[in-house]
Parts: sequence; structure tokens; C-alpha cells
Amino acid sequence: MSSTITEHAIKIENLTKRFEEVTAVDRLSLEIGWGELFGLLGPNGAGKSTVINILSTLLEPSEGVAAVADHDVVFDADAVREMIGVCPQEPAFYEHLTGRENIELFGDLHDVPRDVLKERVENMLEKIGMVEDADRRAGQYSGGMIRRVSTVMALINDPRVALLDEPTVAMDPVSKRAVWDFIRELKSNGKAIILTTHYMEEAEELCDRVGIIDQGKLIALGTPTELMLQHNAENLEEVFIKLTGKQLREAV
Amino acid sequence: MGLRRVTALTKKNVKMFTRQPAVLFLLLLFPIIVTATFGLAFGGMGEGGVTNFDVGLLNLDTATTDAQWAGNFEGNLTELDGITVLHYEANETGQAELLQGNLDAFIVIPEGFGDSCTSYWNSPFNGSSWTNTTVELYVDSGSMIASSAVPPLVQQIILTTMFGSEATTLDLPVDMGSPSMVEASTFSQWDFMAPGIFAFASIFMIMIVAQSLTMERDGGLLKRLGTTPLKSHEFMLSQVIAYMVIAVIQVLLVFTTSYAIGYRPATDVSGLAFAFAILLAFSLVNVGFGLIAATISKSAEIASGVSFIFIMPQMFLGTFMPLGGGAEIVGQFMPSNYVTNALTTIFLRGAPVSTLSIWIDLALVFAIGMVVLLVGIVLFRRYGTR
Repeated sequence: MSSTITEHAIKIENLTKRFEEVTAVDRLSLEIGWGELFGLLGPNGAGKSTVINILSTLLEPSEGVAAVADHDVVFDADAVREMIGVCPQEPAFYEHLTGRENIELFGDLHDVPRDVLKERVENMLEKIGMVEDADRRAGQYSGGMIRRVSTVMALINDPRVALLDEPTVAMDPVSKRAVWDFIRELKSNGKAIILTTHYMEEAEELCDRVGIIDQGKLIALGTPTELMLQHNAENLEEVFIKLTGKQLREAV
Repeated sequence: MGLRRVTALTKKNVKMFTRQPAVLFLLLLFPIIVTATFGLAFGGMGEGGVTNFDVGLLNLDTATTDAQWAGNFEGNLTELDGITVLHYEANETGQAELLQGNLDAFIVIPEGFGDSCTSYWNSPFNGSSWTNTTVELYVDSGSMIASSAVPPLVQQIILTTMFGSEATTLDLPVDMGSPSMVEASTFSQWDFMAPGIFAFASIFMIMIVAQSLTMERDGGLLKRLGTTPLKSHEFMLSQVIAYMVIAVIQVLLVFTTSYAIGYRPATDVSGLAFAFAILLAFSLVNVGFGLIAATISKSAEIASGVSFIFIMPQMFLGTFMPLGGGAEIVGQFMPSNYVTNALTTIFLRGAPVSTLSIWIDLALVFAIGMVVLLVGIVLFRRYGTR
């Protein structure tokens, strides 16, 4: 893993992604610093997941560039994969493996030293309240438990950049709180985090800055407080309504 | 090459196999069941033991002065090893027993049989003076063995009845040089089938490869793995290694099951080692076809069906099914055919491992396996992961 200190954790310039006739991301430009928790807000289909997929090297942009710690996501994809941790929107996991085995597998894939991995797995399982259930097959878990394990699978390599695609969607309040605490701790350790969500209270609670995107375009960027002041709104939900003329939750 | 990543994924795959009852059944239990059932069903068939035929006899030649001829026929028939004669008073009763499968054959000695025999001996060289009659023979058409074995036996009885027991030991100008070199076959039907069954047992690996890969793809796991430092060649290598492990276990199970039910191939340890090698090479073919099936299938359910495109031809045209005509030509394109050929040569013909033809078979299976595997990997990487 590279230990070079770069100015920006993530730098995106004029990023565009088209799927045939549909433009999912339209000339998006962003800079995210180290230790910053950046919220990418918008309804389903706004282009949030496409941005995450490009940053996680799964998709190539149609135009523009994206870099993680100065490593281009297309031309230096291997280096990018070394330093990211990705929690996908749909929690992909092996249902016939236990929660612990799923997490350990991703630790092995990231070549986390074995002794470190063992200690880290125990530590993380405790933080998300899964110690008791860690040795049950993941196929027997509830939706909330799966999402908690999925988050740990994404972060087991102690990534410098965490890409969390709606990690708390459909999660029960207890699980949600556990994941929030987890994310806060990551941020305090100097990691850069992109969190996509359509829960405005989650963004207000966690994010240093937020970017609101709609139909692939960045329509607002700033801290939650700045955006609320700027648009004379009581919360980010109201900001979104004022900017787009539609309710965020209804658009979901 | 990340050895740790390959090892971790291989272990993961093996764990996944062992924890899914349906997969375990297809990969391990199915080969055992196929081997055991075919072995038990065909193990006793045609192995050179004495087969007994129940033959019904109706003698209609009782009201003649030459009744001893029919008596001789009946006596000769009764003396024959493996024949149990059952007497009937009416044609209908015997025919009914034959239809119900209670008899292997039914013979009717016609009225005038004795007169026919006597007319021959009265004038052996004047055929126009003979009184002709016909011994009616009915065999159980549901029994392949009775259909082929009983008529020559009855022919022999007629000759013995007419000419005496010396009739079948005539002095001939041509003799067989070393009768001891020609041994009656002691092979059972299972011995002929076993080489094909060994190849057949691992063919269903195609379906498991296709299903597991499409399930990983559909569950978003392949995408998720794509965000880690895992390289695609490491992923593919882990798949191949995991299935080779399964193939080794399959071969061991099939051999052990065969041995347990009494199968003793005509080979030694080197022959068994060769069989092991060619079956492992064959598993490369199956993994490759599995990858191709996964590439063209949109879901795990479709993958099951698509797998049969590759399973059926190999099964019917390259394992234990007898081939002839066009099927034999098509069979030359089936990798399983070369596996069966090689195993037949060492297990049945008792050829040593130094025999050139089996090494050619191994080389062909290995070459086809590598080509199919590479094509499968390229196709799956390009089109199958989406």
C-alpha cells in the first residue's frame, strides 16, 4: 500500500459516464481531502453509484478523469484497488460462509498480515456487535446483520479511502447507529470517506461536506450548514426540494 | 501472483462445495451412486458363469410307433447343463407361460417327429423319400440372452438326437492349434462399462462450475472481488485448483466404490496412476465447458440447462454407450471418448502403461482440456462477469 501523502484523497474532473443514450454522470468535478467524510446525496438513479463504481475501478469513465491519491482509476487501477475499501449498495457476500469467514476472505485478498487480520476481525466484530453471531453462516443473518458484516468486509484492509454506497439503507436503528459510530472512527483516523445516501439526517449527522447530485449533475456543494444557510432551509431535505422542486424520498 | 489470495479463494470454493447439499450430491454422491448402481446391476451379467434356462416342452408325437425319437430328444435336452425342462400338455399353456416370462423358451415336438427321423435313416441319401416335420421353438423375446443362446442349443439337441453324441465331435482336417490360449471371457457387462462410467462420473462438474460462477456474478460477488487487489488470473487459477481438488476426490471415490463392489481392473498401480492422470486432465475440459456455459447463461437456473449442451454429447457419445455408424464418427470429437478409450485399454485389455495409444489419448485430453479451459477463461473474463 502506498504511503505517499497527496494533496487530495480523491480528485474528479469533468467526469462523465454514458450508458448508450443515458448520461448517468454529467461533467462532475470534486475534490475530497484526507480525513474528510463526504456525502454524495441524491435520489436513486441520480448517478451516485456510478461515481462509486468509477472510483472503485469497476467502470471506466466516458470522459474526464478520476484519481484516488493521485492514482488514475483507469491507468493505475491496481494501485487504486490497493488503497480503497468498497461497500456496495447490495451487500454481496458468500451465504455459505460464516460472517467471520467472509470478512477474513477479504482480509486475505488485501494481503492483511495474518496476525493483524485476526486481531482486527475480533475488534471490528465487537464494534458492530456481531461477536456472538460471527460463526453463523451469513445466509442465516438478518438484513441489518448482513449490512454490518458487509461494511466490515469493505474496511478490513484499513483502507485509506472508503467508498460506502448506501451502507445503512433498510437498516434497523441499532445497526445503523453501530455503522455510524464505525464511520466516525474511520474519519478520526484520517481516512477519506465517500458516503452515498438518500437519508438526509444521515448526511447531516455524519458528513463534513455534501454534494447533491440530480440526473448526473452536481447541483450543490458545501457543508450541510452552509447549504442550509445558503438556501434558507431548516434541513438538507428542504435544500434538495428547493433545488430540484421535488421531494428526495418521493424520488427514491 | 498472490499465492495467499489464490489459496484463500480455493479454500473458499471448497468450503462452498462442502456446505451445499445439492452441490455435494452432484459432485460426490452422484458418482458413487452411478458407480455402485451400474456396478451392482451389470456386475453379474455375462461374466461366464452358468446361466440356467427354463425350457417348456410339449411332445405331440406320442401316438407313433417311433416314440423313442421324441424320448431321445427330451432326454438329450434334459441332460444339457443349464437347462431345466418343464413339461406341458397343451400349446396354449406353454405359450401363456412364455408370455408371462416364466419360461425362457418353449419347444413343441410335432406329431410325426419320430417318423421323420426314421425316414432319414431308412434312406439317408434320398431326400425326396423323407417325411419332413418341424420342431417349433419359441423363445422369450424379452430376454436378449435366451434369444441368442437357446436356438443353437436346440439345434445341437436335434443333431445329437439324429446322429448320436459323436455327431458333434467329428474328425476334421483343420484343428485349433492351442486351445488353451483361447479363454472363455469371464468379463461381466460392468467390466465393459466401467471405463466409461469413470469418465461419466465427472461430467456433471460442468454444471457445478457454471452454476457457482453465475451465482457469484448474480450476487454481485464478482464485482465486489473486482474492487480488491485480486487479479482475474488469480481468481481463475483458484477456480481450477478447487475443481481439481474435487476431481481428485471424485476419482478416489469412484475407484473405491468400484473396488468395494468387486471390480478388479486388469492393471497394476501404474495403470491406476495413469487413470488418475487422464481423469484429472478430463476435469480441465469440464471446468472449461463450465466457464463457457456460465458465460452464455444469464442466471444460475439457465446455467443448469445450458450445461446439458456440453454434458449430453459427452455422456452419450463418449462414455459407456455402445456407438456405431455416425455416432462413432461424432464420438471422435468428444474428449470423454478418449478417456474411455484409454481406460478400456488398460482396465479391460490389460495393456501396460507403456502402450503408446493411451499416452496419445492422454495428450489429446490434456490438449483439449487446456484449449477449452483457455477459451472458457477468455470468454468468461470478457463477457461473463457483467
